[in-house]
Amino acid sequence: MRKHTLAVIVENRPGVLTRVTTLFRRRGYNIESLAVGETENPSISRITIVVMGDEKILEQVTKQLYKLVDVIKIVDITDKRSVERELVMVKVRADVNVRAEIVQIVDIFRARIVDIGKTSLIIEVTGDSAKIDAIVESLKPFGIIELVRTGIVAMVRGEIK
Amino acid sequence: MQLKGAEILLRCLQDEGVDTVFGYPGGAVLPIYDALFESSIRHILGRHEQGVAHAADGYARATGKVGVCIATSGPGATNLVTGIATANMDSIPLVCFTGQVGTPFIGRDAFQEADITGITMPITKHNYVVERTEDVARTVKEAFYIASTNRPGPVVVDLPKDVMERSIDYKPEEVEVNLRGYRVMKGYNSGQVISAVELIKTAKRPVIYAGGGVISSNAAAELRELALKRKIPVTTTLMGMGAFPGNNYLNLGMLGMHGTRYANYAIGESDLLIAVGVRFDDRVTGNIATFAPHARVIHIDIDAAEIGKNVDVDVPIVGQVKEVLQGINQRLDEVTEYWEWHQTIDRWKEEYPLRYGNSCEGRIMPQNVIEKIYDLTRGNAIITTEVGQNQMWAAQYYKFEHPRTFLTSGGLGTMGYGLPAAIGAKIGRPDLPVIDIAGDGSIQMNIQELATAVQYQLPVIVCILNNQFLGMVRQWQGLFYGGRYSYTDMSYQPDFVKLAEAFGAIGLRVSREEELNQALEQALQVTDRPVVLDILVEREADVYPMVPPGGSLSHMLGGDEI
Repeated sequence: MRKHTLAVIVENRPGVLTRVTTLFRRRGYNIESLAVGETENPSISRITIVVMGDEKILEQVTKQLYKLVDVIKIVDITDKRSVERELVMVKVRADVNVRAEIVQIVDIFRARIVDIGKTSLIIEVTGDSAKIDAIVESLKPFGIIELVRTGIVAMVRGEIK
Repeated sequence: MQLKGAEILLRCLQDEGVDTVFGYPGGAVLPIYDALFESSIRHILGRHEQGVAHAADGYARATGKVGVCIATSGPGATNLVTGIATANMDSIPLVCFTGQVGTPFIGRDAFQEADITGITMPITKHNYVVERTEDVARTVKEAFYIASTNRPGPVVVDLPKDVMERSIDYKPEEVEVNLRGYRVMKGYNSGQVISAVELIKTAKRPVIYAGGGVISSNAAAELRELALKRKIPVTTTLMGMGAFPGNNYLNLGMLGMHGTRYANYAIGESDLLIAVGVRFDDRVTGNIATFAPHARVIHIDIDAAEIGKNVDVDVPIVGQVKEVLQGINQRLDEVTEYWEWHQTIDRWKEEYPLRYGNSCEGRIMPQNVIEKIYDLTRGNAIITTEVGQNQMWAAQYYKFEHPRTFLTSGGLGTMGYGLPAAIGAKIGRPDLPVIDIAGDGSIQMNIQELATAVQYQLPVIVCILNNQFLGMVRQWQGLFYGGRYSYTDMSYQPDFVKLAEAFGAIGLRVSREEELNQALEQALQVTDRPVVLDILVEREADVYPMVPPGGSLSHMLGGDEI
């Protein structure tokens, strides 16, 4: 069992995301992360799904997805040379005493502070899962008020689409 | 040419070769029904939308054409759901048109509004909401294309009332299908076919395990050629009944939970399983770990997702069953080398035939009814069933000679399927007798469709195997729940003879074996109305032999006597 990242190229039509997620639920596959948006071609959307499973499960997921009329193409980019990114915003408790410390962490992870409140900061981080998990762990001791993740998006390196 | 959406819809249906639709009117489909009023398309008026969907399904199974049904929005559409799910599980091509509230009302909980595309998403091959009249023609074209190609299945097209009312300038020549995510499978991997041929040539104990895919691919002739060329024994699934002639000596009958012992034993001893148009359903395999333990597996199916879904396969071949079998047949010469294998099977056949005992109550044995029906029709009839014991006895004791003559809800197991399916079948194949083998429980689920059969003067025959029980559930309660017959006693029931007469059908009661033949003969002679035979059968007859749920095919219960 390991994580697989699938790029699912679909028709940009209402209901397509529901079809994909319904299929996962019905067949009992687990979605770890999901991100969806329009591509360079406005009639096509790209759903990036991270799913946990062995080769057999992955094969079934892929074949079942291909049966959806609105699914055009699926690429398992797990083993391909690819760039994976996720964006996370963390609202963390930050009174004056600890701000300097938090700023230091933000610098180390090359994250950014995008809002400063009286007793809190919003930090924006972009990166792969390992980096995101690491910064979230480092911020936990200060008290995380709210956290939101976009889900992973990924792209194969080089000219290949 | 200026046409309303509803008029475009009907023109498109005609372009698809549709001459018969099954439906039930309502508020949201008024524009469609207004257009139907002067259309040459024949509309069969059901009495409940579930019946309408099953009738379209029975028509599709009997003829091989796409079944078409129409229901109104809201409850009309939701009543179709069981019928759609039935067709989906058995891969039957249906196009279901549902009315919808006008587009300005969608999402406002308007009167008779239901999100039927949302509801049917997991039980259709695909579905649509048509939001613009301009999209009607393209959608209909796509719907028929999707329903009927590759692995067939139901497609729902939801039609808002205003989309049907509005007129546009219709240009049929400009209708284009846009399906870049859907490709029709052509051809197959010939390397895999060569590997399959090699396996067949070296096998000592091969068995063909054939299913519904052979029928939907119209490949019965190719299957027969393969089996006869090498004298390979054939067992069929419930859905595959009729794919191989029931009287051929190579036919082992059905396999699985209520299959014949010799079919199941053959699977257990086989060294090569040629699985054709099947999906290794749990009712077939029993305990998957002990299924065909010594066999290499060739799996031929149009749906790549079926391959490796339940069992590991040595030679997978994705393609149209018909084409793949032709490819295999071309490369195989006529050799028979399975003498020992046939001897073993013959011994099993002799030792463990299908058999049943005598009645304890002097009543008719239900199996005997099926045998009598076979004797009178010899495979030249369409048999539909309800679900439960009636269905299993029909599969065990009727010898199906031709594809598309056994219509049964195999995957979903829908009670109430048989009568409306028989109506659809009779409309599609008026040349054949159509007999619904029913139980007293399931017939009550869609008995209102007798009115449809009377209205259209359809001489379908309903044989109620009346044991005053929900027999199959009672059987399981007897076997696995200590004989506690919890709510399966159906002895409070209508007088089916009077009920039939009230509908305008003929009703006959058969309570003694001597009356059975005459009643069946009489029923087969009726040409202008349905006949209901209320056949009082042994109350506690069980279906045997049986693989207990989760058990192994080589360990079957019963079948020696009742």
